[in-house]
Parts: sequence; C-alpha cells; structure tokens
Amino acid sequence: MTVLVICEHSAGLIKSSTLNTVTAALKLCQDVHVLVAGSDVSAIGQSAAVISGVSKVITLSSPCLAHQLPEVLAPAISAIAGQYSHILAPGTIFGKNLLPRVAGLLDVQQVSDVIEILSDKQFKRPVYAGNAIATVESSDAIKLLTIRTTAFDPAATSGGNAPVEAGDVSVLGSSEMTQFVGEELTKSARPELPAAKIVVSGGRGLGSAENFAIIESLADKLGAAVGASRAAVDAGYVSNDYQVGQTGKVVAPQLYIAVGISGAIQHLAGMKDSKIIVAINKDPEAPIFQVADYGLVADLFEAVPEMTGKL
Amino acid sequence: MKVLVPVKRVVDYNVKIRLKADKSGVDLTNVKMSMNPFDEIAVEEAVRLKEKGVVTEIIVVTIGPDKAQDVLRTAMAVGADRGILVQTDMPTDLGGVEPLAVAKTLKAVIAQESPQLVIMGKQSIDDDSNQTGQMLAAMMGWPQATFASKVELDDASSANVTREIDGGLETLKIALPAIITTDLRLNEPRYAALPNIMKAKQKPLAVMSPADLGVDLSPRMALVGLEEPPVRSEGIKVESVDALLDKLKNEAKVI
Repeated sequence: MTVLVICEHSAGLIKSSTLNTVTAALKLCQDVHVLVAGSDVSAIGQSAAVISGVSKVITLSSPCLAHQLPEVLAPAISAIAGQYSHILAPGTIFGKNLLPRVAGLLDVQQVSDVIEILSDKQFKRPVYAGNAIATVESSDAIKLLTIRTTAFDPAATSGGNAPVEAGDVSVLGSSEMTQFVGEELTKSARPELPAAKIVVSGGRGLGSAENFAIIESLADKLGAAVGASRAAVDAGYVSNDYQVGQTGKVVAPQLYIAVGISGAIQHLAGMKDSKIIVAINKDPEAPIFQVADYGLVADLFEAVPEMTGKL
Repeated sequence: MKVLVPVKRVVDYNVKIRLKADKSGVDLTNVKMSMNPFDEIAVEEAVRLKEKGVVTEIIVVTIGPDKAQDVLRTAMAVGADRGILVQTDMPTDLGGVEPLAVAKTLKAVIAQESPQLVIMGKQSIDDDSNQTGQMLAAMMGWPQATFASKVELDDASSANVTREIDGGLETLKIALPAIITTDLRLNEPRYAALPNIMKAKQKPLAVMSPADLGVDLSPRMALVGLEEPPVRSEGIKVESVDALLDKLKNEAKVI
C-alpha cells in the first residue's frame, strides 16, 4: 500500500496544507509519496523530500504547469494513480478544484473533507455545514480523499530524506483550452488564515471597510491572521479570501476572536473547532455567544481599540 | 447558445437539521426544502446571459423525487425555458445519489441536449462535497472554471471567468463548451414575480428515469452512520476588556 499526496505550493514555498495532508497520509500507511507539479519545481521538490515521513518525491516540471491547472495536471495524476491505494490532496481551493477532476477521469467517488481516518476505507467527514458528521466507507479500488487541514497536525518540515524523481510530463493534459489571464493576490505580512494560531475576524458590525482597520490593528498586536464573515465580504469590507465559513476557509486556531459577527451556522461551520472562541458583540442574543468560551457584550468600537491598547 | 443549469433540491439553508433517531440519515420529514443557494446563483447567471442576448435557451435539470419538480418550476419562474427531472427515489443528500453518479447523469443529458455551457453551483449545502462540476468537466474533456465570481461571455467561443481562490482572485479564459461553477459573489439572485410563477407552470418539463439515460446511480460509498458534532460547552460572559484579557492570559493561556 502506497499513498500519494498532491503538494500545494505557491511562490516557491510548500503550503502548510500539504503538511497537514502528509500527516493524514501517514495515518493510512508509512509509504507516502509526494507529487510536486509546477513550471520548475526542483527546489520545492527538495523541500518536500525533507518533510518528515515522506518516502519519495515525484516532480513534474513543465511550463504548461505554471498555474497547475487541473485540465493539465489531472491526466498526469490519473496516469500514475494505479500505483497507489489512496491519493490525497488538501481540502483547500487548490485541492477542491483539482482532485474531483482526477476522480472523474478515474471513475472514482472521491471522499471530500476527511476529518478522521478510521481504516483504509472508512472515513469521517462533516456534512450539512458541520451539523452532522458522516462515517462513510469507500468501495473504490483507488481512494481519493481531500483532507480537512485543521483536523490533522502539520508534518515536520525537516527530518526526512526522500529520493526525488522526475515524473513523466508526456502525459500532461492539453493547456490549449484554458488560459491563465491574471490574478490579484492579497499581499499580507500576516500569517495565512488556515495555519494561524490566532485569528481575529470581523463581521457586518464593523460597518465599513475603513472600520475594519481596528480588526487589523488588534490582529497585528496579537500576531494573528485576519478573517471575516460572509456578510463583511459581501458588503465589500474585505476581499473574498478572508471569508471563514462553510464555503470559505475553515480555521481551528488556538484563539478565535469574532468581532461584530452574529454567528450564522454557515460561519460557525468554519470556526467552531477553534480551541478558544471569544465573541465581542453588542447584541447579547447573538448566536455567536452560544459557541463562545468568553463573551463580551460591548460596543466593538470601544472594546476592540481598548483591547489593542492593553495588549 | 444553449446553457444547461443543473439544480438540486436541498434542505433550506435556514433550517437547523435533526438526525433521524437511528442516525441513518437526516430527518427530512416536514422540513422546508429549497433550491440549493449556489444553484440559484447559477440560474440567475444564465438568465442574465440570456437577457444580454448571448444565450438563447436555458435548460434546468435536477435529479430527485417528484417533489424536485418544485425547484425546476422555481428556476423557470426566474427565466429558465424548460426543465428535466431525472426521477429517482434514492436519497440525494447522503448515502444515495453521489456526485459521480450526478456527473454521469449530466453527461448523458449533455449528449442529448448539446449545450455550449454548463453553469452549476460549486457545492450543495447538504452533502458539501464540491465535486460534481469538476467531475463532469473531466468526463466531457471540457475546461472548468470553478468558484466563479465573475463571468464574461462575449461570444460563443470563449468565456473569461474570475475565480475566488485561496489567496485572492484568478482570471481564466476558457474555450467553450465548458463548465462553470458558481461562488457566492457571482450575483444576487432575483425573486420570481407572481405572474412569472404562474407562467412557469406552463413551461415544458420532461420526466425521465436514470435508465432512460442509460446511467446507473448505485452508490460507491456506503453511509455507515451519522453522529452529532461535538457540542461546545456553554462559555461565560465577561464584564470588561480587562476581565477578558485576564481570562485569555491566565485561564485559557492563549495569549
């Protein structure tokens, strides 16, 4: 039994989601390969080779893979799928975009957002926005799983010594039909949301994009990532990549501070596994208080700057 | 150009679900059902493309029980031209019709209807799998633009789609035919006007079986059981910022 992990990386660095996925893979078996694809991934391949527990790294370097489009990459994964019992990808936008395309090529029913591995074929996954946990059993010969990254600790980024092999780039899909036009990435010195130890999130209660600055000040004082509710994103206070929730990012930090967020179930689905939850809201009836370890009923425009000042 | 919009009847997003007593599924008895919110966005986007004159016909398709005709009528009330129900009594939320089977069914519908574009929700809010569009794109050998927040379609040959990705936004140019899956901010779906709801009842709605399409909906994945998620114990209210900081430092020890 050998497990393949699809590496998520950007700007020359392996993303933490890959490390969570390696940990999940190691719960299945001790023979874990990592596939790294991109325009030139020799350096990233070397970084993957030293991840603790990885037994082999396969690199796919091609200009066609610069944007890791599923149309190009999925056929290459399906071409080597027969060597593996399981293929895992992080349950991030990257993995969600890619792995079902591989599943479609292989005629496999993928298991999405695995939070627990019970055996080589039984898995737990959240459904209905996390309001129920399903145990499912896959009958497919090759099992494809995306991994809920917050449910598995990251593997250590050193200690491994795996051989690196160049994979077969003759089996890449055509890059003709999909062209990358451009991207607008949020530039931030703050930690990335899914991996942050502390997250400060703002909601509709902030009232404007300008007011969101008080969330950012508190986050910077705490060395935290900044998140937002759907309402705040829809209202244009912050960009989409800040959204925490059922369909946005799922986080489970040591400390989650929800400011001016009422606590719709779709938002709770993205943060209720946080270790400590703090809610600051002027409405004492807000549902967020039902999941908060510490609730402060207060005007956020007074409480948040006061908190920032006293830290 | 023809557009196919797959839609799904799911538990309304405001409903707090309950598990059946034997934990074999979610209790759907007397629960309000609605169109999956992401599919409403897909229907709206197709209607807007029709209003711009780029699209000539919108076909909505669903897989489910007879009652699922409701979501087809809802889609037709906001502008879809006709509907197809692939009728099955298997559960469509969990332990029944799976994304892979849905994708195969849609592939068969595409073979009959030859749409140039499929616009569909990125995930359904019951099973939360987020797979069907990508699987269908693979089976068709078509491009995919998932998690779309902006769709620009100038002619019938290609579309520019902006996608919501982990770090921000990405724009792709995809050749048609193609699959687009919708994210929350693509548009705000309209409400159906009463006269249009009445008119929708007259629009054509075909009912067929999976066998008519030559597809087998048998699941690959068994639902072993369901459980409630761990409940967080009720926390406490603190009176001041000082009290809060004290708790975080000395009790929770997280700052």
